[in-house]
Order: sequence, then structure tokens, then C-alpha cells
Amino acid sequence: MEKNKKSVGEIIQEYGAFLALAVLVIGISIVSPEFRTGGNFLSLLRQSSINGLIAFGMTGVILTGGIDLSVGSVLALSTALCAGMISGGVPAGLAMLLALVIGTVLGAISGFLVTKGRLQPFIATLITMTVYRGLTMIFTDGKPISNLGDSFVLKLVGKGNIFGIPVPVLLLILIFLLFYFLLTKTTFGRKVYATGSNWKCAQLVGVNINKTKVILYAISGLMASISGLILLSRLSSAQPTLGEGYELDAIASVALGGTSMNGGRGKIQGTLVGVLIIAVLNNGLNILGVSSYYQDVVKGLVILVAVLSDRKR
Amino acid sequence: MNIEMRGIDKSFGTNQVLKNAGFLLRDGEVHALMGENGAGKSTLMKILTGVYTRDAGTVIVDGKEVEYHNPQEAEKAGIVFIYQELNVMFDLTVEENLFMGKEITKGFGICDKKAMRKKAKEVLDMMGVDINPAAVMSELSVGQQQMIEICKALMVDAKVIIMDEPTAALTQSETDALFKVIHSLRKKGVSMVYISHRMEEIFELCDRITVLRDGSYIGTEEIKDIDMNDIVKMMIGREIGERFPARDVKLGKEVLKVEKLTSPGVFHDISFSVRAGEVLGVSGLMGAGRTEIMQAIFGNFPLESGKIYIDGKETVIKNPEAAMKAGIGFITEDRKTEGLMLEKSIEENISLANLGKVSGKNHVLSSSAEDALVKKGIEEFHIRCFGPSHECGNLSGGNQQKVVLAKWIYTEPKILILDEPTRGVDIGAKKEIYSVINEMAAKGVAIIMVSSELPEVLGMSDRIMVVREGEVRGIIGKEEANQQNVMTLATGGTI
Repeated sequence: MEKNKKSVGEIIQEYGAFLALAVLVIGISIVSPEFRTGGNFLSLLRQSSINGLIAFGMTGVILTGGIDLSVGSVLALSTALCAGMISGGVPAGLAMLLALVIGTVLGAISGFLVTKGRLQPFIATLITMTVYRGLTMIFTDGKPISNLGDSFVLKLVGKGNIFGIPVPVLLLILIFLLFYFLLTKTTFGRKVYATGSNWKCAQLVGVNINKTKVILYAISGLMASISGLILLSRLSSAQPTLGEGYELDAIASVALGGTSMNGGRGKIQGTLVGVLIIAVLNNGLNILGVSSYYQDVVKGLVILVAVLSDRKR
Repeated sequence: MNIEMRGIDKSFGTNQVLKNAGFLLRDGEVHALMGENGAGKSTLMKILTGVYTRDAGTVIVDGKEVEYHNPQEAEKAGIVFIYQELNVMFDLTVEENLFMGKEITKGFGICDKKAMRKKAKEVLDMMGVDINPAAVMSELSVGQQQMIEICKALMVDAKVIIMDEPTAALTQSETDALFKVIHSLRKKGVSMVYISHRMEEIFELCDRITVLRDGSYIGTEEIKDIDMNDIVKMMIGREIGERFPARDVKLGKEVLKVEKLTSPGVFHDISFSVRAGEVLGVSGLMGAGRTEIMQAIFGNFPLESGKIYIDGKETVIKNPEAAMKAGIGFITEDRKTEGLMLEKSIEENISLANLGKVSGKNHVLSSSAEDALVKKGIEEFHIRCFGPSHECGNLSGGNQQKVVLAKWIYTEPKILILDEPTRGVDIGAKKEIYSVINEMAAKGVAIIMVSSELPEVLGMSDRIMVVREGEVRGIIGKEEANQQNVMTLATGGTI
């Protein structure tokens, strides 16, 4: 029988993304004194929270073998509707709550297209991505919605601090822990992995794979709408183009974290590391004064290296 | 073409499937290669044709030592393997399949459709089959698809054709046509290796027979010198009687009854019942609809009409979840694609069917309950592994099947459906699986066992239901159960 011990190669493979993060942080810290300040680290974390929440939701969807391209549009539409309600006189707290419900429903619609509609996830969410963006444009008439009043809750979500820690960072940590618990400690988590690993097998032992998938797309929508509220709070206005391209950073984070795009294999911890790598790159390259054109190239190359090192054998 | 294989060894991971296997094929003979499932017949032939590389041994073709690195090289040398699993592209036409990779061109990669149509017609005519070359593959019956596979071998003017269970899916008339072709090929000097479990075919077709057992060479005989019993003895190394452990179970009340189950085009008017403690064997040819009937009872295949009664109460089963709630367990015929998550551990696989058992009311997993259940499974079912975290993909076929058994049996079903429970499982594990089936029967579980292996069905069942082309041809009791009666029913005759 083979031994259950891990070789050096396997350890590098398993913790490759984490090592890459450590190398990046240490490397940029050595070069740039600006980067290595506590304040910068906090703002880096705060910047990462928006992509982070979306990437967590994306992880769940990808674990079932799907993908959610609609997150950026869900974010935009739920945020625009929220801003519209607030400027129309609805109390901010209620409007925000409704935004979360809207985000969840928008995500669930993608889920139904994938399961009941039997569309491939890529196509299904390409459709919702396009339609939701269009609806956002119609609703906002292509113009930003501002005059959001002076609500405490709205400010708190994006700009507030609790015990000196930015609220978005607290949200990121809290929701990370929730995902960790859900995926590793509950029967639902097992069903998620089983659906992605072998749906036929899962179905035969009574896992309702359609329900599992719809829930995960709904969660993905919910995460996008939470991110949207953080953005709304920080920008004090809802842009119709908000969240464009966010799906790409989220998918990149999930891939960086070692989650298989075929589903069934992956960890939420990995996604967190992936999110941080992207945040460190964005923040660090800015501080180092690298032009944004080059930043994208560097980001792409880092993803390539990380994903290659993560390949099985 | 003369082929000699000597001292062939082959292992997959820790599982040695061939040790000192060998084989000698003469010019222009039809040579039967026999042995139980998992004896290594297909593996040996895959080594000959370069699908697998051997660990040790020599292969000599017409006096020269050879090693083919892939099936294409073997094909160039004139050796063609027709696999049991169909190797066709379902969305393409018959013609496109026949010429896949060897299209006739006018040069510059432009297909010469006329020439191909002509050649395709020639080959189809030679086989005596009436199939339109322009038909899309998926529209053909399984038998017709099998015939196309054989036609593919004829297209390349093979000198040696290896056929792995070619008649498993064929109707009687298709089989007759195939035999005619085999006889005429033999006259032309083509050698054939014929792998089959059907004794009658072996005696009708073959000149010599080689038997493998547990991956080793047992012997080669002239067909005219031996009888069926000799072959069985060579195959299993002892008399058939011991293979199936005895069972002494008092049958209880009727647990499952189905009435007129119908799914148009697949099966119709299926009615039968099973009692507590009873093993109902289900026999029939490949593609007869057995699996689909069982999947339908389990809620995983659409039913148009028909009723299912469990413990006398009509029960609607619309999905596997409902089937499990109703007390049905289902061990699928294909453990690799449906029975297991191969990249996951034994633990995750066993737990998945028993999530309720390894978690609290709040759906939070209890790692202690999970550990206990999985350790119990590994012990009770003698699963050979390094521990609960062993990835199922790295287990041998027999041990994989034991994981599947464990996961279902711990769901405590009242009715257990086993579809080909010992396919691709070695003889030791087979006996263990039979014992498990007997234990379940002794506990009063109603058991339905679908199997294509006749000895297994005959040895294990209290009654045997024979299915042919989607209908029940007969349900026979122990007294009438013999190979001939079952085969007669399965091929459309009456007894």
C-alpha cells in the first residue's frame, strides 16, 4: 500500500498560492517602504473585500462545475435599484435589505436557467450578465444616481470602522468563516463537492443537484449585492457601469486559489489567498508606479505561474 | 499471421492484473480467449495492440519480436482490436465513422465522397447488413453500431482481428450474419481472437481455446478435445458448485411489486414482485432494457405509466431521493461514472449516501460519527486500503465495488437493486460480494440482481426474470433455471 505522506512537490503544489502571496508581500515590502505600513495593509484589505465577497460566491458555483459571469451586472442592477429607492425616499436600511433580496433572486434566476433551462452555465450567465446590465442602463437612463442622503447604515457599510477595523474587512472575515463552515462542516458542503465531483453519483444517492446549484447561484448573487452596497457606500453614488469586469477578477482569484474549473475540488481558503494576491498586485504595482497597462500583463503572468504550479503532476 | 505472447506481466498501481500470461495464435484460426471477468483477457489483448505497455514479457509476430506503442501501429501491422465498449462517434454518420482517420481524399485533404460511399457499401454488403451509410450513428440500434465497429476492422484489411464479446448486444440474426463473416474471413486466412462468455459460440466457431485465470496462463486446448465442464474447470480452478455460498432463507412477505411499467421505446408492461429475503435474478442480453427498468424503479429514468407498490402500498417515486426514502438502495452497473466519486476519499463516498447518519439535526457533520461509520465499513467489507482518506480512484475494481456496497448497505434499504454487482471484479472479491448479498437476504432485504453472467444469476437467484427487447419473457423458478432455458428466453425463444 502507498504511504499517506506528502512529498515536497505536493506541499509546494498545495501551498503554492500561499507561498506566492508571501513572496509578493515580502518582495514588495523590501522595495517599498510605503507598502509596508499598517495603514496600507488595512486599505489593501478593504480594497480586496469587494472582489473577495464576489470570489467566495464564485467559488461555490465553480465547485459544482459551473461559472457565474453575471456577478458584475447583478452588482450593478441591485445597487442601482437600491440607490433609486433611497433617492425616492425609501429608508436606506430597508432599501439595502431589499437590494440583498434582489441580488439573491437575480442569482437564483441564473441558477434556474442552468438547471431547469438546461443551459450551459457559461451561456446562462452570459445571458443574465447582458440582460441585467441592460436593465441597469434602462433604470438609470445611463446616468449615475446620487443624492443618497445622509444615512448612517449606508455610510457604515463602506466607510465605517468597528474597533479601528474597516467594516468591509470585518464583513470579508465574517463571510469567509461562514463559507468555511458551510463547505467543510455541513451536509450541504458535502453535497456541493459531490455535485461537482460526479453529479450522476450524487443524484443516485439522493442529492438534489438542481437545488444545490440554484442555492449556490443565489448565494453568488447575494455576495455580488453585498459588494455592491460596499461600493455604493464608498462612492456615494450608483454608476450604471459599476462592476464591469468584476467577474474576471473573481474567477482569477478562484483559479489562483487552486479550485478546479471542472468542479469538485477546491477550498475557500485558497480563494482567500487568491483574492489577497490580486489585491497585493493591484496595490503594490500602483505604489511602485507601474503603469496600469503593464499591471494587467503582470497580473496575467502571475495567474499563469500560480495555476501552472497547481496542476496535478 | 502467427503471434506468440510469453511471460507477460502487467500491474495497474498496486493491482497486478497479469502475471506470466501468454498466448499463441496460428495463421487462419479462430482462437477463443476465455476466463472470468477480470482474468485479464482484455488487458492481454490491449498489450498486444499497444493500448497498454507491458511490464515484462515478449511479443513475437511472425518470428520477429515487436512492441507496438499505440493501436495505430498495431493496425498498420494488420492487428485490429474491436472493443467491447463501442468506440463510435454518435453524432457522425456511418460513413464518417468508417473512414475516421483514413479518409479517401482527392489530395489536399479534400474528401472523395464518391469513393468512400462505394467502399462503405462494399463492406456493408460483405457483412450482409442493411444500413444506410449516410445514417447518423446515434439513430442505429446498439447491435447495428456493433456491426459498424466490425466493418471498421474489415476496412483496413486486417490480418488479425480481436473481438471482445462481439455478440453481447446482437440479435440472433445479427449474430448469424457475424458468424458467416467470421467463417469467410477464416477461409481468407485471417486469424481471429474471440473473447466471449458464451460457451455455445465457442464450440460453434473456434478452433482452439486459451484460458486465463487471475491474470495467469492456464492452458491451450483444441476445441474438439474438450467439453464445457473442462473449460469451466480451467477458468475457475475448481468445480462450479463452490462458487456461490449457500443461502437458507425463509422468504417473507412481498416487499416490492411493480405493475405494467412502461417507458415507450425502451420497455413496456413490466410486472414482477420480490419478497423479503428473496434474490430475484434479472437476465437478458445487453441493451434488453434491464438497467433502464431498474433505474426507473429507482426514479432515475422516466416512466410513462405503471405502478410501484412497496409493502403493498402504491408509491410514487419521482427521483432517487424519493426512492431512498421509500427504502430502495441502488448499486449501479457503472461504478466509475455513477457509483463513485473517484477523486474523493472512501470516507466522502460512504458518507455521501449516509449524510443523515453522520450529521446532527442542524446538518452539521459530526467527524466522530463519520469516522466510526467509515472505519466500520472498511472492516466489515474488508476494503483493502491505507485508510479512510484513500482516494477511490486508486482502489482495485473489487475494492471500489465494496465501497459502493458499504455506502448503500448502511442506508439500511428494504429493497436492494444490484446492477452487474461483480462486473470487472476478481474472483475473491466476487465471493465476498455474494456473501454480502446472502447476508442481506438473511436480514430480510428483498434483492434484485441484474447480471449478464449466467453462472452468477443461476447460482445466486431464487427466481430468474428474463428480459428481452424491453419485455419480460418469463420468470422462472429454481427448478427450471438452467443456462439453456435462460438463453432461450433471452434470445426470443420459448420454453
